Amino acid sequence: MAKKRMIQAINEALDGEMQRDHKLILFGEDVEISLFGDTKGLVDKYGTDRIRNTPISETVMSGMAVGAAAAGFNVICHMMFGNFMYTGFDSIANQASKLRYMTAGQISLPIVYMSVFGGGRSAAAQHSDAMHPMFMNLGGIKVVTPSSPMDAAGLLRASIRDPNPVVYLQAAGRGGELGEVPDEEFVIELGKAARLRNGEDLTIVAIGAMVRPALRSVDFHATKGVGIELIDPRTLVPLDKEMIFKSVRKTGRLIIVDEARDTCSAASHIASLCAEECFSALKAPIKRVTVNDIAIPYSPPLEKNVLPNEERINNAVSEVLEFV
Amino acid sequence: MADTNFSNEQMLKLYESMLRIRKVEEQLAKDSKEGNIPGAVHLYIGQEAVAVGVCSQLSDKDWIASTHRGHGHFLAKGGETRLLMAEVYGRDTGICRGRGGSMHVADFSKGIIGANGIVGGGISITTGAGLASKLANDGSVAVVFFGDGAANQGVLAEALNISTLWQLPVIFICENNGFSEFSPTNTVTAGNIVDRAKPYGTACETVDGNDVIAVWQCAERAKLRALRGDGPTLIEAHTYRQRGHVEAEATFLSKKYRDSQEIENWVSKDPITLFEKRIVDAGQAKIEDLQIITKAIEVEVNEAIEFAEKSPYPDSGGNEQQYMFT
Ligand SMILES: Cc1ncc(C[n+]2csc(CCOP(=O)(O)OP(=O)(O)O)c2C)c(N)n1
Ligand SMILES: [Mg+2]
Repeated sequence: MAKKRMIQAINEALDGEMQRDHKLILFGEDVEISLFGDTKGLVDKYGTDRIRNTPISETVMSGMAVGAAAAGFNVICHMMFGNFMYTGFDSIANQASKLRYMTAGQISLPIVYMSVFGGGRSAAAQHSDAMHPMFMNLGGIKVVTPSSPMDAAGLLRASIRDPNPVVYLQAAGRGGELGEVPDEEFVIELGKAARLRNGEDLTIVAIGAMVRPALRSVDFHATKGVGIELIDPRTLVPLDKEMIFKSVRKTGRLIIVDEARDTCSAASHIASLCAEECFSALKAPIKRVTVNDIAIPYSPPLEKNVLPNEERINNAVSEVLEFV
Repeated sequence: MADTNFSNEQMLKLYESMLRIRKVEEQLAKDSKEGNIPGAVHLYIGQEAVAVGVCSQLSDKDWIASTHRGHGHFLAKGGETRLLMAEVYGRDTGICRGRGGSMHVADFSKGIIGANGIVGGGISITTGAGLASKLANDGSVAVVFFGDGAANQGVLAEALNISTLWQLPVIFICENNGFSEFSPTNTVTAGNIVDRAKPYGTACETVDGNDVIAVWQCAERAKLRALRGDGPTLIEAHTYRQRGHVEAEATFLSKKYRDSQEIENWVSKDPITLFEKRIVDAGQAKIEDLQIITKAIEVEVNEAIEFAEKSPYPDSGGNEQQYMFT
């Protein structure tokens, strides 16, 4: 094990997969020079047939991924900021998510659409969305939201090797976060959540960048004798429902922390599943800590107010624990 | 440079407008470096002649939409320096009350639909504004500024087609500044951008984007064409982005993507320096006249900074959803 930055872990995973799979290609805007550092140095090793800058043309990029994948390549389509997935959404929503089903399984589409997502950087409304619920709702797209360098690498390898379209969303601005990463190559299966803390009193499910503030809240409460179980689903499609249900049945209380806007958030989905499946175990209403249904503001104090943070999580914990 | 019989006064006005953008942005470059600005800023330095040449043709009733590099268009169209500054500083007194920031400065009262964080985002919006201009028949036109990089968004083709088919009073201004982020234009762009007008039969022109008079004249032709009911024009203005794609890019890029000689070559063709020389050589202004203008703008910028710094940050007052719906 060695400590690595998230972005370095991703870069090494990409490198390893490029080496391993000669049919793997990656394209996107400025991936050769690499804005975030995730694709840094790859073009020098693998050449422009396999690592290539595209024009700013998200509509064709997302569709090109479908065609190249259908024709036998493994494709990573780098979309930079998640908001630009909206620009290229048509081929993801109308083609990638449906083509295999519509053609009765004639093809598989091994595509990874990757980008950063989420706010916290005063990047304003068009660069800060957490849009994973939109992909979750398509049905035919796997959705991956790593929260640590190790998960980022292990889940990326699994995403690349998966024969289906995957949207891989890395928390924006968190590339510098450090974490232990195994030295040997490892894969983290999609659909397996991680239990980051054990506890008896309450379950918190936190997604992507929300895992950090949730961890702080959980550890803070541990010092006060409150045992909170923290689960990072790691992938939202497929969702490790069993781990969540098991925990909720044990604790009877659930908070979900999600950076998506509240309406139809991943938190809403998980809440409804637990309400259906764990109703008799619940001791308090399920609580969602999410983003209000607004465009993410630019100004730091406004943005700070909107995003879930430790304080809001703490408040939710009190509310849920005090419910009688 | 293009000939003109502009009065001394007109020339000085163009000068002032370009210099305002330059001084505001030099300040923002400094602010960005010193960490005074919450978000990213994309500077327009070196391209001022395009915004000023075009916007000098327009009045408040005409529409413009621009890009992530949008401070220049905002100011050239009459947006106020201090409202821009306060916005970039994320303050409640900013033109969008701190909600939008650098990439979203907009002042609809002045026909400024706004900057845009989505590359190519202004193209369709402006086409719609042009449709409104045509239906209202009020003598207004709609102008979209976009980059060479944005020209590769499919929406440009759609907009050229529909605006030509419907003869909308739209002016498409592609500012070819040599780069699409860190990719030199020719590495991501096939052919000449201006030629993309041809298959649709859209009027088109190229212009020296560092010559404010040439831009002014080119925009005038396009505007007259639009007002005659002869539809849109695609203009490709050749210019150069003197600063980075985004301030602070040196902190995250691991490689150089252009050489300093190239930058120097273009700096020697700087639109403001060229224009200064032109009006002084032609006896249209004395160095002292220019100094007076410079001083006044510096005062304006300083006052804008002070205004921004003294302004409070916005507070949603418990009503976060204010402005989401009417
Ligand atoms: C839809 C979309 N894709 C990608 C980006 C990221 N991006 C921001 S600016 C830019 C380059 C734009 O180049 P150009 O249109 O030439 O404008 P310039 O920056 O040169 O002014 C890119 C790729 C974006 N903001 N929006
Ligand atoms: Mg450009």
